Amino acid sequence: MSLHRETGAEIGRGLAARRYSSVEVTRHFLERIERANPALNAFVTVTAERALADAKRADARIARGEGGPLTGVPVAHKDIFCTTGILTSCGSRMLANFVAPYDAAVVERLDAAGMVLLGKTNMDEFAMGSSNETSFYGPVKNPWDTARVPGGSSGGSAAAVASRIAPVATGTDTGGSIRQPGALTGLTGFKPTYGRVSRYGMIAFASSLDQAGVLAQSAEDAALVLGAMAGHDARDSTSVAAPVPDYAAGLEKPVKGLKIGIIREFFGAGLEAETGAAVRAAIEAFRGEGATVEELSLPNLPLSVPTYYVVAPAECSSNLSRFDGVRFGHRCKDPKDLLDLYRRSRGEGFGAEVKRRIMTGTYVLSAGYYDAYYLKAQKVRSLINEDFKRAFARVDVLMGPTAPTPAFAIGAKTDDPILMYLNDIYTIGANLAGLPAVSVPCGLSGGLPVGLQVIGPHFAEERLLAVAHAWQRATDWHRRMPGAYA
Amino acid sequence: MTLTRRDVENIAHLARLEITEAELPVYAGSLSAILAFVEQLSAAPTADDVLPMAHPLEGQVQPLREDRVTEIDRHEAYQANAPAVEAALYLVPKVIE
Repeated sequence: MSLHRETGAEIGRGLAARRYSSVEVTRHFLERIERANPALNAFVTVTAERALADAKRADARIARGEGGPLTGVPVAHKDIFCTTGILTSCGSRMLANFVAPYDAAVVERLDAAGMVLLGKTNMDEFAMGSSNETSFYGPVKNPWDTARVPGGSSGGSAAAVASRIAPVATGTDTGGSIRQPGALTGLTGFKPTYGRVSRYGMIAFASSLDQAGVLAQSAEDAALVLGAMAGHDARDSTSVAAPVPDYAAGLEKPVKGLKIGIIREFFGAGLEAETGAAVRAAIEAFRGEGATVEELSLPNLPLSVPTYYVVAPAECSSNLSRFDGVRFGHRCKDPKDLLDLYRRSRGEGFGAEVKRRIMTGTYVLSAGYYDAYYLKAQKVRSLINEDFKRAFARVDVLMGPTAPTPAFAIGAKTDDPILMYLNDIYTIGANLAGLPAVSVPCGLSGGLPVGLQVIGPHFAEERLLAVAHAWQRATDWHRRMPGAYA
Repeated sequence: MTLTRRDVENIAHLARLEITEAELPVYAGSLSAILAFVEQLSAAPTADDVLPMAHPLEGQVQPLREDRVTEIDRHEAYQANAPAVEAALYLVPKVIE
């Protein structure tokens, strides 16, 4: 069967046309997971029984004529989303025994759309990482070259979709954790506007930055899944009450006359030559199709990474204080007093990178350092935000590379946190300003995928999806898949 | 900013994290490198009128809701994940001798 070569949307149409049943589709993907997952380590948990039960329900719903475009289409959720009765580990030993007592809003909504839950995907511990090497469950391998990382933190979701052992998957993006793995595995990685998707039941890392999104094979799939996920939810106080457009219907909106801004600061030293060439060629192709292109400077954007590495650790040190060994999560053996309980439970439960970020955050928030680090970083964040506002007064979208290099070797950057942090140099800006952004495949470098990043103003999801879709109608980069999994 | 082992011990205590003797110099090194890296922010042109940005949603106010009960009692489901529970109470080591 070649079902896995179909996108999520195509499978949805095949189901609606009764070309196959959701049970058949689901069995096909479960078999592929069984074969490929031991080498890829993309899934932490495979929910085979649940998937088949979901599929039967979806088939019945389709038979009643009540199905939607995603009914019966399998999906994998990043293990950061709570799933009732299923291990929700967040890639951490701290939660290696945590069976969620409720569903995240994203899970609820995709359930309601009739999607079939294949399982929970591996991730950097508490979403802190750019390579998926910080997971308690071990590194995820890139299906394009299993000696390389898939990117992170949504690396399990990326590897699962890139190897077509899942047609589509959810992710979260705090500093690039959907777009960077999307770029490194040849996928369409979509991060919506801050507040567009409810974070209820999504384990918090840095609350002023976190947002849920999609790792997909195409802009069309991203549009369908995002449309089903997005919308106001009173249980998340940062959820925005703006109406959700029909993203799928908006895909064909013409992009002729599009005003594109090229971010000058994204093409400096550090950008690998072939990656830069592929991205420039893609932008030229848009110009050829009638877009206008102008180069813009966002002078404060190079400060994104240091700003982020003050703000995100500060917020994480606060968010992760809830893991106390008392109410849920790991507890050390035989604590001698309450302090010992806290210190050892957290010392044992968290991995090295999470501890490093908690300590960075604790330091920058501590008395005497708050103004110099945290307040200063919040002010620089304002400057970066203003840079974006000025840019979007002139252009419709900004374009540049998603990541400075294609996928790097497993182990290459684990000893140097700064080197690892610089992977997100082009993605973090959109998180600091809360902007929607997408990475779409635009070429290869040394046989590995390269991503073009398109950033839009707040709530410009529809425009970004139309741009990505126009690109994918003109090219077939998004159709390429790693040979071993074709 | 170069952190000493002593500094790391102090931060780890504030964060309630046990760090082993062997890990102290490793964290002292990487945390110092991170602080040196973020130090470049100090040169950024943040004039007095630049306001700190706490979140990206301009104009978003904390939503209020009607004051009525919306949650049902689910303590049994929630406490199923607790390491130690007795009589619906979370157990911790004795705090007061």
